[in-house]
Amino acid sequence: MKYLLIVLTFCLSLALAQEEVLFIIPAEISGGGATVGNNWADGANLAAEHINAAGGILGATVVTEVLDTQTDPPTSKAVIAKGLEQSPFAVIGPVYSGSTIVNMVEAERAQTPQWVGSEAASITQQGNQYIFRTSSGQNGSIPKVTRYMQEQGINSVVIIYVNNEFGQGGRAAAVENFEALGVEVLLELSTEQQQADFTAEVLQAMMMNTDAIFAYTNEEESARLLMALKQQDTSIPVFGEAVLLSQTVLDLAGDAANGVAGHVNLTAEAPVPAVQDFRAAFEEKYGYTPDHNGMKGYIAMFVAKEMAERVGSFDRMAVAEQLHCALITTEDEPGVLMDIAYDENGDIDRDTFLISIEDGKQVVTGVLPRLKNTCADQ
Amino acid sequence: MQLQFFIQLLIAGIATGAIYALMAVGFALLWQTSGTINFAQGEFIMFSSFLILWLMKLLNIGLIPAYLLSLIISMLLFGLLFKRLLVDPLLKYGDVPLIIATIGLGMVIREMTRIIWGANALPFPSLIKNQVLNLGPIRVGLADLVTIAVAMTIIIALQLFLNKSFIGRSMEATAQNQQVARILGINVDRMILYTFLINAFLVTSAALLVTPRLLAKFSSGEAFGLIAFMAAIIGGFNQVRGALIGGFLIGIIDNLAKFYLARIHLPFSDSTLNLSPYAPAIPLILLIVIILFKPEGIFGRKEERSI
Repeated sequence: MKYLLIVLTFCLSLALAQEEVLFIIPAEISGGGATVGNNWADGANLAAEHINAAGGILGATVVTEVLDTQTDPPTSKAVIAKGLEQSPFAVIGPVYSGSTIVNMVEAERAQTPQWVGSEAASITQQGNQYIFRTSSGQNGSIPKVTRYMQEQGINSVVIIYVNNEFGQGGRAAAVENFEALGVEVLLELSTEQQQADFTAEVLQAMMMNTDAIFAYTNEEESARLLMALKQQDTSIPVFGEAVLLSQTVLDLAGDAANGVAGHVNLTAEAPVPAVQDFRAAFEEKYGYTPDHNGMKGYIAMFVAKEMAERVGSFDRMAVAEQLHCALITTEDEPGVLMDIAYDENGDIDRDTFLISIEDGKQVVTGVLPRLKNTCADQ
Repeated sequence: MQLQFFIQLLIAGIATGAIYALMAVGFALLWQTSGTINFAQGEFIMFSSFLILWLMKLLNIGLIPAYLLSLIISMLLFGLLFKRLLVDPLLKYGDVPLIIATIGLGMVIREMTRIIWGANALPFPSLIKNQVLNLGPIRVGLADLVTIAVAMTIIIALQLFLNKSFIGRSMEATAQNQQVARILGINVDRMILYTFLINAFLVTSAALLVTPRLLAKFSSGEAFGLIAFMAAIIGGFNQVRGALIGGFLIGIIDNLAKFYLARIHLPFSDSTLNLSPYAPAIPLILLIVIILFKPEGIFGRKEERSI
């Protein structure tokens, strides 16, 4: 009887001991990209909380470990290599393209799927079968904004970009698309990460008599650029992409952001009920409005969950393999917020939004439907 | 047309340079009187900006009252405590331990700020609402003019204090030769303490002027510290006016380089060359040239040491 009790207690404890599945979240928690990385990590952690509240993944509790890349590519490589020693199910992050370029080889070597917030075009063009985006890369999104600008009657443009992996990729894609559309690129102005003063760039744009400025810089620099434009009281229209139009930039630039327009992959203002629910939950937990990076971190976790459930196990190779050319609808997994299709490189196709800034807020002026041009739709 | 933009750039550069000058002057003052190379100078500025924001929110007060209150706190933290707890115990071991200690202090302040106020950048109110003044064809931001006016007032007042007042001249004497100053009956320790208090005043004032443009962020101190250090070296580490000129030079050259390197007209051709990616290197090139050809800085004094 005594032995029976011991065996029963042991079996009960085994049944009660919840299996755990580890996600490592390398993100820019400190350093120049901290605004971005914290948004990303908060979004991912919120998703983990929601997933666990709904029973976890395949019965396993999601455990996350945030790793600070310090917005430094070599550090990001080191922390991911260290994190991978724990055999996590997935790598969720980072956001900065310059970091992803150097660290994605670590996840590939460990045959672990990695979802990133990075947008540099080159990331998914290197044949890495374990890298996946959470929003369109520059090759997908910049053609939309350049076409939008042309439709607004813009015939000439000055490009102001940040001189890093993200900015260089955006500049190259923008120049190519503007030229294809017959929009004259008058000048390409390189700026630095953490640049303080943008007066010189603004005056150059004014001197060129450009129809518009296309700004492709990081969050805080975008805010400083908009403030410099306001200080010079110029009426040159400013267009941009997700970063320029992000909530973070709006919060920092204040009314200097009014009138800015462009295209975003994700926005907390999207007229989509699931996005609004996500936003409310995020604001309640963290006390601030998420930007697109918070949404991307959240979505990444749910894509990983959905794929584990499709595969029926935490087989990382199988998950990576199946995600290529996969379509995940909100009916399959509401946590992805909007239908999302992956192509054979890890790039995605999803509904996107045209935005203008009015009274310091994003206003959705149009929805560009999913192109349905990936292998997932064929 | 070109002249108009040149003048606008010059004014914007002077405004930025005036703030850099405030940072650099404090840096040079500490070195002169106490031999302290303060690599936490940038973090002092960054922390002061968060302090002002925090006081505004906590006490529900305006920018100026918050600035005045933070001046008192800064003088206590970055003046009195910094000197008593870090500089005094380490100074007797020479420059290097103190340099390392201030680098460490900068890291502590940076991470502490991140933990307390978060990693996100925060907007910072301006002294005045910006307006653009049209002076003929030249457009000048009122905010730039106010920045220049405030910074210059502080700098001139400091120069007058150092050159005309008894305490200021005693501080100068302390900076030049502490032993002789002691023989003359000057309370050297007190003069050094005053220097630290003045530096605290300067960093808080720099925070007031620079943060509306740059936003309040825990990591911004590194850039401030580097600029202050460069300005002091370019102008002359052992001369207040040298650090002053160094600050202005960096502000102006940085702006002009970014503008003019973007479109260099090639001779005998209609085409232009865009060297804007190399613009940030220009102040560094200036620094190297100064170190090579005038290591004491533009206005610095040559110092000889026997071994």
